[in-house]
Amino acid sequence: MTDVLTLTNVSKSFGALKVTDDVSFAVPKGQALGIIGPNGAGKSTLFNLITGNFLPDAGKITFLGQDVTRVPAMTRVRMGVGRSFQIPQPFEGLTVFENLLTAAAFGQGKHEGEVEADCALILQDTELLRRANDLAGSLSLLDRKRLEMARAMATGPDLLLLLDEIAGGLTEGECQALVATIKALHAKGTTIIWIEHVLHALNSVVEQLLVLDFGKVIGIGAPDEIMASREVREIYLGLEA
Amino acid sequence: MKHAMQVTVTTRTRASTVAGSVALGLIGLGLILPAFASRSLIQDLFFILTMLTLAQLWNLIAGYGGMVSVGQQAFVGIGAYAMFAGVILLGWDPVFAILLGGIAAFLLAIPMAFFAFRLQGAYFAIGTWVIAEVTRLIIAQWKTLGGGTGTSLPREATADIIGVATIANLFDLRDAAARDVLAYWLALALAVGTMAAIYALLRSRNGLALAALRDNDNAARSVGVDAGRLKWLVFLAAAAMTGLVGALIYMQTARISPDAAFSVTSWTAYVIFIVVIGGIGRLEGPILGVLVFWGLQTAFSDYGSWYLLALGLIAIAVMLFARGGFGA
Repeated sequence: MTDVLTLTNVSKSFGALKVTDDVSFAVPKGQALGIIGPNGAGKSTLFNLITGNFLPDAGKITFLGQDVTRVPAMTRVRMGVGRSFQIPQPFEGLTVFENLLTAAAFGQGKHEGEVEADCALILQDTELLRRANDLAGSLSLLDRKRLEMARAMATGPDLLLLLDEIAGGLTEGECQALVATIKALHAKGTTIIWIEHVLHALNSVVEQLLVLDFGKVIGIGAPDEIMASREVREIYLGLEA
Repeated sequence: MKHAMQVTVTTRTRASTVAGSVALGLIGLGLILPAFASRSLIQDLFFILTMLTLAQLWNLIAGYGGMVSVGQQAFVGIGAYAMFAGVILLGWDPVFAILLGGIAAFLLAIPMAFFAFRLQGAYFAIGTWVIAEVTRLIIAQWKTLGGGTGTSLPREATADIIGVATIANLFDLRDAAARDVLAYWLALALAVGTMAAIYALLRSRNGLALAALRDNDNAARSVGVDAGRLKWLVFLAAAAMTGLVGALIYMQTARISPDAAFSVTSWTAYVIFIVVIGGIGRLEGPILGVLVFWGLQTAFSDYGSWYLLALGLIAIAVMLFARGGFGA
């Protein structure tokens, strides 16, 4: 299997604080990788490095074998990397449909007419169709989270979809609905990296789990092995083993 | 559009055919108005149309583009001075020299954007203001065009502006009144052209991107919007148009000075007032705003400082209690 994404010895510091510390891992095509770790472990920073919102101080990032370490964020989106934000960042003055249209037209470099139908389908998949004509600013938290995911999907993430705490703050029922959507996406072959605190939701989808602490990769492997390891239980769950 | 569930989606509202016909009717009326309107009405309309165009352009960069410039007077001033230079130094007809105003403003906008785009929010506003002041100070050194005290268009240049003789014959007017009619028609053309261009831009793919940028810069970049390119495009286009308007305004007054042409009050503060009370980020906002402004100006401008104080209070009240402006 080819690797969609590889990080090799990637590091990033903000002043004296090393937020990403010599991180290396690879994500094979079609895999769903979960990332867990305590608050401040550097999970969202890792996403920002992958999308190009931040540039690493050292190390190398590749998509499908192509070196993108210095490629701007805008170009990476067009290459097929979509991301959702931890705190939803909708275009509040646009309707839900227009939010998707913008993402699809610019993320895929196409005309609006060519992507309208796709956008409608994504809205249906994410259960947002009934809100299509409402301003994004008027959405509830669940719908904002759905919109985050829908918009990331609309950019055409045929390479990689990054989800940042998409299930946080949702009720159990809402969470189930979202998991179903993500599972369906994954079943279509989309490669996914998902940062999440809601472990049961995460573990019901991902094949691999990566644990991050103080910017370092503590472990990577099958979810049950990782969850069972003493190190992870100590660091992440704060349990005395 | 075909998909499983039947839905109708609406994107940015299209102007209805009714609104379109009304607009066309107004433009037609505006064109033939000089045949029966008084000279003072034509002058008032010239003022309204030029302020409306300036307001639409500021609304484009600030309301849609999120770039709150307080330095638009730089483009009015440089445009006006370039027009004067074309007439006085090159002997051009003032109407053609207006084009020089647009070019000069465009050229000034390139270094201005280069520096100001490095700044965010309030710093951007202050940066544009500083650059405008610097431009004013430099222009005031230009002795051939009157230095700090300014100059007038030479009588022989204003005497035979292209088209004035024809208009004078057509409507049986004196030359001075015919010049006002010419300036009015040019102002009408600029206002209509500017609004049509902005409407077309907003209806295009770039209009979506502009709105996305205004709402959330970070997210817009994350879905592949080329923020830098779009901001340059909008800023330069607005600057060039602002330069044309500045040149036209000073062709009509035929008298220029650095303090007047680069006035932050006349060309930016009033313009912001118009946009804010009319409704920022909406095409119809400035139209409403300029009418309110003109009404206030006509009724109360004799009160001097009190008038300005009242304008400020109205603007603050609108920002606090009716954020969408009167048009909302």
